[in-house]
Amino acid sequence: MQNLLLLGAEAIAQGAIDGGISGVYAYPGTPSTEIMEYVQASKKAEERNIHRLWSSNEKTAMETALGMSYAGKRVIVCMKHVGLNVAADAFINSAITGVNGGLLVVSADDPSMHSSQNEQDSRFYGKFAMIPILEPSNQQEAYDMAYHGFELSEKFKTPVLLRITTRISHSRAGVKTLQIKDMLNGSLPENPRQFVLLPAIARINYNKLVAEQELFVEDSENSTFNKYFDGKDKSLGIITGGIAYNYVLENFEDRKIPYPVLKINQYPIPRKLIEKIKNECKELLVVEEGAPFIEEMIKDYFNEGIQVHGKLDGYLPRVGELNPNLVAKSLKLEDTTGEDIPTIVKQRPPSLCPGCGHRDMYDELNEAMKEYGKGKVFADIGCYTLGALPPFNAINSCVDMGASITMAKGAGDAGLIPAVAVIGDSTFTHSGMTGLLDAVNEKSHITVIISDNSTTAMTGGQHSQGTGKIEAICEGIGVEKEHIRVMIPLKKNFEENVKIIKEELAYNGVSVVIPRRECVQTLARKMKKV
Amino acid sequence: MKTDLILAGVGGQGILSIAAIIGMAALENKLFLKQAEVHGMSQRGGDVQSNLRISSKEIASDLITMGKADLILSVEPMESLRYLPYLSKDGYLVTNTKAFNNITDYPEQDELIAKIKSLPHHVAIDANKIASDIGSPRSMNIVMLGAASPFIDMPFESFENGIRKIFAKKGEDIIDVNLKALKAGREFAEREVLK
Repeated sequence: MQNLLLLGAEAIAQGAIDGGISGVYAYPGTPSTEIMEYVQASKKAEERNIHRLWSSNEKTAMETALGMSYAGKRVIVCMKHVGLNVAADAFINSAITGVNGGLLVVSADDPSMHSSQNEQDSRFYGKFAMIPILEPSNQQEAYDMAYHGFELSEKFKTPVLLRITTRISHSRAGVKTLQIKDMLNGSLPENPRQFVLLPAIARINYNKLVAEQELFVEDSENSTFNKYFDGKDKSLGIITGGIAYNYVLENFEDRKIPYPVLKINQYPIPRKLIEKIKNECKELLVVEEGAPFIEEMIKDYFNEGIQVHGKLDGYLPRVGELNPNLVAKSLKLEDTTGEDIPTIVKQRPPSLCPGCGHRDMYDELNEAMKEYGKGKVFADIGCYTLGALPPFNAINSCVDMGASITMAKGAGDAGLIPAVAVIGDSTFTHSGMTGLLDAVNEKSHITVIISDNSTTAMTGGQHSQGTGKIEAICEGIGVEKEHIRVMIPLKKNFEENVKIIKEELAYNGVSVVIPRRECVQTLARKMKKV
Repeated sequence: MKTDLILAGVGGQGILSIAAIIGMAALENKLFLKQAEVHGMSQRGGDVQSNLRISSKEIASDLITMGKADLILSVEPMESLRYLPYLSKDGYLVTNTKAFNNITDYPEQDELIAKIKSLPHHVAIDANKIASDIGSPRSMNIVMLGAASPFIDMPFESFENGIRKIFAKKGEDIIDVNLKALKAGREFAEREVLK
């Protein structure tokens, strides 16, 4: 039992280790990356030989984790919110198979899109899959939920979703740890057909899952993670949970809230507690980080019975993350905001690092594309997405992992020639390979630039699954050998590289150009170690 | 005791090291602490901040309420002003005056400094120069921590101990030069405030 200073993400990792996991599976993504990184750095994880290597994408991570659960061991799988889209097929169906060893799925949402392309709320996924959801309000609860989450999972033989948001993941506070549990020995599922989702079996499993919903609600109603705090002033009742609870607390001297407060940190929503606060209070205010998830359900549930305020009637903003000031406003408290930002303060957007290979790649591509005009470059998710900004203004799309290649193909199918895809090495092995096969099979006129810095750079330099294998993968998929061109993106090679790109742009078929130079950040770290 | 401070700078300038040292100092004094950081895309040369809260009582929010920060500690002058909405009426702004200019429309240095000096409670310090003068340009962030230390309600020795712990693996020389940087920053701020 120790007192540690941990990020929310790290608290989950420590809780999972202490909760007896045999493995963690993940693909890097802000704000979830630090969970795996913490386990990788943990001496205890090394001692126990806990699986802690990165997966190619969130779907492979989710499926591998399900396999470990099948084999009767506790396992955690971690991703950012949009990663859950990638893993969704496996995730939803894992609710139908159920689990053997406890399975915790962590999805880290990013309201305000600090480092993301949308702000989807993972709680919808938990409801969609019809499984219990846990959401911590602080680092201690993050630890406790990871620690106890496996018991909940094993009690109902269901995966459990652990939802966090950026602020809880990337904020540090003191955490008290519990006694480390033994790892499970492993066992086959009692029912050998549990994981065989043939329609006849899936129907049985699905009926069971539906029947269990009442038990999940009952568990929520009795959960120590959900709390009802009484208050003398019944003119208002506050329903909150997750990190939003902290912002409510912050607005009252010595954390003493005069109104009844229902703090929901375990879902499905605890119906009895909702009934209680509704019956006791004149109006309700729902304060939740993300979408109006609770608010919509309650509004429908009571259907004009009681005034419910929140994100749907403008008491709180519908988009972006909450903060203490926004919550103060919704409580009709004074807004304390200080002096405005002076107009001389300018925006300072992120940019590619000085010396980054992507910079040279974009200079070369822009030069080679001059004769074809603008609007033909489809890019992807990674540092190189910053090529959208000045001085490059080089790309025309960034949608989801791997979409550069397939969108280029689709645009090419529509007559946009040449269509160019720009994708990083890690994104390529995450979700680019299958799209490349589609293009090869149709001999599409596209040029795919795999800008290879041999790492997953944007998230801090994690292992990239395709390192040393990119050419072989492309060749294996069927790209003609003479149209796989490797180059070193450096100023001194500018003329030669432009020539290579031009040749491949002119080729009526699939070409792959691989500008390869190590990420300057990972290189600098290696040099420091020497 | 309660100190709410915003740490500000540009990705890569080392504000998280400052946060780590203050964190160590807070632990030594058995205080509650919450510290929200920025990871991810903004770290690539964009503006970054950290909300750091220390208190003898339990802390609720990970984010500081706007208008209630006791201190803005910035390693870059323009970035110090970005967080003015957070500063309380009695709060101090302690900033490095050396610009980190990686944008095309960076404001005039004179205008920036004039704005900073118009604030009722400020310490403007050329931390890069002081760090260079003591022979360790990389200790700029520690000079800044020293300059802010009078406004954080913890004993100076706790910051020194924090440095010893954070730089423990890097050896005595690195520890010594950073202790020197801390002291130089502290002395500058004390002179400024007394003046």
